[in-house]
Amino acid sequence: MSLSNSLPLLILLSSLLPGLAIFLLREESFRLRTALNLFGASVKLILVGVMIWGVFHEQVYETRWTLAPGLDLVLHADALSVLFVSLSTLLWLVTTVYAIGYLEDSPHRSRFFGFFSLCVTATVGLALAGNLFTFVVFYEFLTLATYPLVAHKGTPEAIRGARIYLAYTLAGGMALLIGAVWLRTLAGPLDFVQGGILGGMDHLDPWTLRWIFLLLIVGLGVKAALVPLHGWLPQAMVAPAPVSALLHAVAVVKAGAFGIVRVVYDVYGVEFAASLGVLALLGAAAAVTIIYGSVKALSQDNLKKRLAYSTVSQVSYIALGTAILGPLATVGGMVHLVHQGVMKITLFFAAGNYAEALGVHRVSEMDGVGRRMPGTTLAFTIGALGMIGIPPVAGFVSKWYLGLGAAESGAALWVLPVLVGSSLLNAAYFLPILYRAWFGQPPAKWPGGHTHAGRWEINQALLWPPLLTAGLALAAGLFAAAPYSPLEWARLIAEREYSL
Amino acid sequence: MNNLLALPVVLPLLGSLLALVWPRRADWAGLGASVAAFVAAGHIGAEVMRNATLELAVGGWAPGLGIALRADGLSASLLLMSTLVALAAGLYATTYFAEAQKRADFWPLWLLMITALHALLLSGDLFNIYVTLELLGLAAVALAALGGSRAALQAAVRYLTVGLLGSLAFLTGVGLIYAGYGTLDMVMLAGRVDAEPATWVALALMTAGLLIKSALFPMHFWLPSAHANAPAPVSAALSALVVKAAFYLVLRLWLDVFDVALSQASAGLLGLLGASAVIWGSWQAYRAERLKLLAAYSTVAQIGYLFLFIPVLLATEPGEARDLLFGALVLFALTHGFSKSAFFLGAGVILHRAGHDRIAELGGTARALPVTTFVLALAGIALIGLPPSGTFLAKWQLMTSAIAAGQWLWIPVIAIGTLLAGAYVFRVLGHAFGPGEGVGPSLAWARAELPALLLALVATAVLGLGAAQVWTMVVPGSNAEGVSL
Amino acid sequence: MLSAEIIYGLTGVGLFTLGLRATLLQASLLARILAINVCGAGVFLMFVSIAYQGLAQMQVPDPVPHALVLTGIVVAVSATALALALGRRLRESKDE
Repeated sequence: MSLSNSLPLLILLSSLLPGLAIFLLREESFRLRTALNLFGASVKLILVGVMIWGVFHEQVYETRWTLAPGLDLVLHADALSVLFVSLSTLLWLVTTVYAIGYLEDSPHRSRFFGFFSLCVTATVGLALAGNLFTFVVFYEFLTLATYPLVAHKGTPEAIRGARIYLAYTLAGGMALLIGAVWLRTLAGPLDFVQGGILGGMDHLDPWTLRWIFLLLIVGLGVKAALVPLHGWLPQAMVAPAPVSALLHAVAVVKAGAFGIVRVVYDVYGVEFAASLGVLALLGAAAAVTIIYGSVKALSQDNLKKRLAYSTVSQVSYIALGTAILGPLATVGGMVHLVHQGVMKITLFFAAGNYAEALGVHRVSEMDGVGRRMPGTTLAFTIGALGMIGIPPVAGFVSKWYLGLGAAESGAALWVLPVLVGSSLLNAAYFLPILYRAWFGQPPAKWPGGHTHAGRWEINQALLWPPLLTAGLALAAGLFAAAPYSPLEWARLIAEREYSL
Repeated sequence: MNNLLALPVVLPLLGSLLALVWPRRADWAGLGASVAAFVAAGHIGAEVMRNATLELAVGGWAPGLGIALRADGLSASLLLMSTLVALAAGLYATTYFAEAQKRADFWPLWLLMITALHALLLSGDLFNIYVTLELLGLAAVALAALGGSRAALQAAVRYLTVGLLGSLAFLTGVGLIYAGYGTLDMVMLAGRVDAEPATWVALALMTAGLLIKSALFPMHFWLPSAHANAPAPVSAALSALVVKAAFYLVLRLWLDVFDVALSQASAGLLGLLGASAVIWGSWQAYRAERLKLLAAYSTVAQIGYLFLFIPVLLATEPGEARDLLFGALVLFALTHGFSKSAFFLGAGVILHRAGHDRIAELGGTARALPVTTFVLALAGIALIGLPPSGTFLAKWQLMTSAIAAGQWLWIPVIAIGTLLAGAYVFRVLGHAFGPGEGVGPSLAWARAELPALLLALVATAVLGLGAAQVWTMVVPGSNAEGVSL
Repeated sequence: MLSAEIIYGLTGVGLFTLGLRATLLQASLLARILAINVCGAGVFLMFVSIAYQGLAQMQVPDPVPHALVLTGIVVAVSATALALALGRRLRESKDE
C-alpha cells in the first residue's frame, strides 16, 4: 500500500484504534488513557499535515473498499475535505486536553473517551467521504457515537435529551438515506466531483431531482439545525461541556452543514442547483434560521442555551453562503465552517469553566466573572466579538465575504439586511454578557463549583484550550491573507469549484 | 469429496447420541460436535465458493428414489451461520445451565435440533424436507419447554400444535406434487412444473404450512410466548435459526422450483403480509415490557423484512440486478441470525444477574455489565439497520431494487420499521445507561458474556465490512468485483 | 361410478377438514392431540389414493407413497408422544 491509497484510512484509524483500545482500559489507568488519547490526536495531526501539503500540490489520496457489489466505501481527499479534516483534528486535540481536565475524577471516563474518539472518527470519515453512500454511512455512525456522549451523565434529563437527539437524527438519517438511494438508482455511484455530477445528465426529470434535494436537505438539516428541524439542539445541552463544545463546533452541527455544502457543490453542482431553483429554498431556510436562532438566544438566561441558539443561527451562515451563487459567497460560507468552529468552541470552553470553577450557569449570575477569571473571560470576549463580526476577529472575515457575495450576485441582495439584522442581534445578546463579566459587581459568594487552590484561576488543562482557540480565532482574522489560512484555503476551494 | 456434505448432519447426530449415553461428558460431546460441524461447514462454504454447487446421492441411490443432499451458496451460507450460532449459543449454555443434570438434558435435544436443521438445509427432496421439518419442530418444542415453568410449557404446547398443523399442510402439498409430477426431487421438479390449478393448490398448501412455521404476520401469534419463555440459548437458536429454516424453504420453493407457476399478485400478497409484520412486530417490540419479549417481537418484524424481498425479487429481471438483491436477502438473513442470537444471549446474561428482564428496571446495567450492554447495542444496531452492520447494506439494496421496480409502497414501510426499531433498541439502552442498581453491583469480565460478544461482532463488523463475500458465495460463478451496477 | 381412489381421496380430505376444525376449536389439549391425529390420518389416506396412479400406469400400486406414509406415521407417533408428555408435565405443574 502506498501513501496515496492508505493516508485517508490511516487518518481514520488514528482515532478509531485508540478509541477501541480505551474501551478496554480500566477506569483507574489514567496515564495510559491520556497517553493513548494524546498519541492518537498527535498522529492524526501529523498525518493531516501531510495531507494538506499533498492536496495543495494536487496529489490524489483515495482509499476504496468494496462493501457490496456496486457499493464502495470511498475515502477521498480534496480541498473541501481537507478544510473540514484539519478543523476537526485540531479541535479534537484541544478538546481532548480540555476533557481530560474537565472529567478529572468523574466516573466512566474510559467509556467517555472511547466514544469521544469514535465521534471524531465519524466526523473525519464524513469529511473524507468520497461519495454519497460513504457520507451516509458516517453520518449514521456519528449519530451512534454521539448518543452515549449526550446521555453520559445518566441523569433522567440527560437520558431524555439523548432520546430527543436520537429521535431527530435517526429520522433525519432516514430522509437522507431515502434521498441517497433514490438518487443512486437514477444517477449511478454518486462520487463527489467538483462542479457536480447531475448537471450533465439531461435525461433526469427536474421535479424528481427537486424532491430528492428536499429529502437530502431535510436529512442534513436536522443535524445542521435548520429551523424547524433544530429542536434537539437546545435539549442536547445536558451533555458535559467538552461534548457540547465538540457537538457545536465540529462534530454534529458541522457535519450537517458540511453535508449541505457537499450536496450542493459536488453532487448537484451549484449552477445546476440554482437552475433547478432549489437554492432559493435553501437560502430562505437559512435566513429564517439565522434570524430565529438569534431572536431565541436573546431571551435565554441559561448561558449554554444562549450559546446553543447562537449556534443554530451561526451555522446557517454556511448554508446561506452555499445558497448564493457566486465564488465570493462560496468563500464566505466555507471559511465560516472553520471560523464558527474555532469561535464557538472557545465560548463553550469558557462556559464550562464558569460552571466548573464558580458554579455559574446563568447569564444573570455572571456579574464580575471577569475579575475572578480574567483568562477565561478574555477568551470568551474574543469569541463573542468574533460572533458579532467585529474586526479583526475571524467572524468579520466570514460576514464580509458573505456580504460581498450577496452584492456580487445581485439576485441575493435581500441577504444584506439579514446579515445586518443578525449582527445587531448577536451584539444584543453577547454585549450584555461582556458588560456584566467585566464591569459587574462580583457577588460575595459564588453559586458553587470546585475551588481550585493554585496559582491559576482554574486547572491549567481547562485554561489553555480556550485561550488557544481564542488565539486561533484572532489569528484567522488578522492573518487571513497568509498562505494556508482558512480564507486562502476557502479561496482555493472556490477556484476549483467554479474552475476559475 | 462430496461426502463432506454428510458431515454437518452426521457429526451433531453423533454428538447427540454420545451426550445421551454418556451424560457426564455431555458438555464435551456437545462442544466437540459443534466445533467439528463448524469446521465442516467452513469447508463446504469454501467448496461452494469454488464450484458453485455440491451434490451427494446418499448411499449411491440416484435422486428420485434415493436421497440427494445438495449445497449451493444459499444453503452453504445459512449452514455456516447455523453452525457458528449453535457453537456460540452452546458455549453459553454451559454457563447458563448451572446444574449438570440440566446440561445433560439440554445437549442431546440441542444437537438433534441442529442435526435436523442441517439436514433440512441440505436436502434436495421435498419429502425429506417434510421429515426434517418435523424433526426440527419436535426438537425445538422440547427445548422450548426445557425451562419447565408453566408459561414455558403452555407456550411449548401451543408451539407444537401450531407447528404440527403447519407440517400437515406442507405434507398435503407434497402429496399433491407427487400426484402431479411423479417426483419429489427439487431439481427434477423445477424442470417439470407447469402453471396449473393443481400446482397452485399444492404450492399454496406448502407455503401456508411454512408461513405458520416462519411466523409471518398474522400467523406469528405463537412465536412471542414460545421464544420469550424458552431458556436464553434456546431462544437464540429458535429466533435466529429455526424460523429462518421455514423461510429458507419458502425461498427455495418460490424462486428455484415453482418460479414459472407464480404470479406477481401472489408475491405481492406475501409482501403485504411482510409489511404488516414489520410494522406490527416493531410496534409490539416497542411496547414490550420484558427484554426477551421485545427480542421475540423484533423477530416477527425482521421475518417481515425477509418477506418484503420476495415481491421485489420476482419483479426484478433475472440477471445482475436480481443477483444483487438476492445477495442482499441472504445478507439480511445472516445478519439477523447473528444479531438476534447475540441479543438473546445478552438478555440471558442480564436475566441471570438481575433475576428479571423488565426493561424499566434495567437502570445501572451499563455500569454493572458494560460488555453485555455493548452487545445489546451492537446487536441493536444490526436490528435497526444502521451502519456498519450487514442489515444496512441489505436495506440499501432492497430500497434500491424496490425503487427500480417501481414498488414504492415498501419504502415508507422500511422507513417506519427502521425508526420503530430505533425506538425499541434505544429504549432498552436508555434504561441501561440510566441510574439504578437494577442488575446488582459491577463484576469483572465474565465468561458468559463472550459468546454473545462474538456473535454481535459478526453481525455488525464482519458482515458489514466483509459483506462482499456473501455475494461471492450466493451468486454462482461470480466474485464481487465482477458484478457491478 | 366412483372409483376407489376418489373415495379414498375424498375421505382423506373430509377427515383432514374435520380434524382441522376440531384442532382449532377444541379447548382440551387431549382432544386437540387426537384431532391432529385425525388430520394426519386424512393426509395419509390421500397418499394412499395417490398410489393408485401407479396401478393405471404400471399395473402395480406405486410403492413410493406407501413408503412416505410409513415414515409419516412414525413421525406422527413421535409427535403425539411429545405432545402427551408435555400435557402431563403441564398437568403436574397445575397440581403443584
